[in-house]
Amino acid sequence: MSQTIIQMKEVNKWFGDFQVLKDINLNVEEKQKIVVCGPSGSGKSTLIRCINRLEEHQKGQIIVDGHELSEKTKDIEKIRAEVGMVFQQFNLFPHLSILDNCTLAPIWVKKTPKKKAEELAMQQLKKVQIADQAMKFPGQLSGGQQQRAALARALCMEPKIMLFDEPTSALDPEMIKEVLDAMVNLAKAGMTMIVVTHEMGFAKEVADEVVFMDEGMIVERAKTKEFFANPKNERTKLFLSQIL
Amino acid sequence: MIKNLTFLKPNKESLNLYISLGAVFFVLGIADISFNVFGFLPIWISYFVPLAFCFLGLHLIRIEFSGNKTLDVLNKNINSDWFNAILTIFAIFLLIKFIPPILDWLFFEATFVGSKKEDCTSDGACWVFINVWFERLMYGLYPIKEIWRINAAFIGLILTVGLAFFASAKTKKYVLMFLIFVYPFIMISLISGGNFGLEWVETNAWGGLALTFIISIFALTFCFPVGLFLALGRRSSYPVIRYASIGFIEFWRGVPLITVLFMASVMFPMFLPEDTYMDKLVRVIIAITLFESAYMAEVVRGGLQALPRGQYDAGKSLGMGYWRMHLLIIMPQALKLVIPGIANTFLALVKDTPLILVVGLLELIGMIDMAKTNPKWLGFAAEGYVFAGFVFWIVCYAMSRYSISLERKYKTDR
Repeated sequence: MSQTIIQMKEVNKWFGDFQVLKDINLNVEEKQKIVVCGPSGSGKSTLIRCINRLEEHQKGQIIVDGHELSEKTKDIEKIRAEVGMVFQQFNLFPHLSILDNCTLAPIWVKKTPKKKAEELAMQQLKKVQIADQAMKFPGQLSGGQQQRAALARALCMEPKIMLFDEPTSALDPEMIKEVLDAMVNLAKAGMTMIVVTHEMGFAKEVADEVVFMDEGMIVERAKTKEFFANPKNERTKLFLSQIL
Repeated sequence: MIKNLTFLKPNKESLNLYISLGAVFFVLGIADISFNVFGFLPIWISYFVPLAFCFLGLHLIRIEFSGNKTLDVLNKNINSDWFNAILTIFAIFLLIKFIPPILDWLFFEATFVGSKKEDCTSDGACWVFINVWFERLMYGLYPIKEIWRINAAFIGLILTVGLAFFASAKTKKYVLMFLIFVYPFIMISLISGGNFGLEWVETNAWGGLALTFIISIFALTFCFPVGLFLALGRRSSYPVIRYASIGFIEFWRGVPLITVLFMASVMFPMFLPEDTYMDKLVRVIIAITLFESAYMAEVVRGGLQALPRGQYDAGKSLGMGYWRMHLLIIMPQALKLVIPGIANTFLALVKDTPLILVVGLLELIGMIDMAKTNPKWLGFAAEGYVFAGFVFWIVCYAMSRYSISLERKYKTDR
């Protein structure tokens, strides 16, 4: 049994009066790939944004790599440096070239020498197959290329965990595949991944487990095969029948 | 051939004839403004003759798709229909009426050479006035034999800035540090003197364009960082910092500069302990800095508001803290967005400097006020203000062009 790297216990979160997360319990083990799915507004994004504390939970406990996240967490930056994130809207830095996007955090946060950071960045860019775009600015790239650059940028920090917040939802159908391919490769390389996505094909291919969320609760969590072949909850069945 | 012409509807069949006829009428109309050939007619007719002739001329050359490129461009832009034609004619009339007298006053009838008021006998401007007072306008009441110190300070400044422009990236950093943290003190000690064997010149004697520059340069350098911090402060999640910033910004934005200057020079010393003294110029510079930094803060905040939340998310998710994220990601983008606004504030600052007149400091405009009330030189206010306007325009236009070139340089998004 490998080690638990993310632990969420009874996590609750409200936006004003609206409760987005209700008693979330979720443990993720090292090298596990988890796909989170569910209808929009079900709290999937909020859930994974809580894991690197882009959102603050109000009740419960989140422990990431042995550090508990709370207001008292002093070195939240250190934890974030170990948790990479890819966003729906890419969020590349438009004023920097792709290469600079990738080296910025390693140089300034991890204090990697510039030369080494650039080498590493080029390696990562090669892995996602946009090494030839390194000197361009984000605005000059297609959506799929931008998202792969964003993936490379996150990987340049050599994170232990990768979070994906609907990475393909803002892309043209043609470009979805190139991003998914890059993610599949990453999964095969043994990264711990939590992926919020509607791409059920991707889930079937790489996920160890699938988590289904609705109205802020985890409705069902099951091994991937089990989840698709034999969903237990009525809500899950309905959801699957609609998207498959 | 004339028979083929339909005057109501010019067409391209007899293009050249139409154009030459139109040109003749137009030129006649224009010429009539100056020479009044039709003066023998009753005044109510002769008055409208130029208008009618020009109108007819423009009508004759208004030929669509004539094939003549110049004519087509002309017709499209200033002669597309009768209303446009009339606007064009009026614009030309205005230019003819006003430009020659202005040029006459400025140059052709102006007096350039001489040394006293009596040399100006013509109707034009008396540039002798500016000539004689030039040193005063530039350096104020600064002792004439010490003027080289001001020159040296500014030439040094220009050279260092030039060095910063052309130096390699590595030396540039040090040059800029020197420029911001060391050079102002060199400049001030050179101009004020008092040590290194330089004669002490008190700030009351500083003046003219040099003072405009000194105040502008110092206020610009200081108000920028103060404005940045205020902008960040106003968006801070700590209520104490936020409300302090809001209070500061709203206070300085709500008070007229003239009041601020007056307070700084008259009221402020009353609140100081007995034995402390702060130079009036220093107080004025601080007052202008604080005043303009409030505006700067709001300009920068505009840029911060324009950035999508995703940029903050991305910065945070890469493990960056507040300062690092703002320094590397947020500020470069926000500042790039608000370059026009920053330029606006800077230009306003430069043009606000003449207000220091109210506290008895005489920069360029102040010196002109002084010169024009000199008993020997009464009556040359126009020359003085035109000159001042020209100098300010040069300075501000240069700044404006520089801001545009910066905008181009940092444009990476499309």
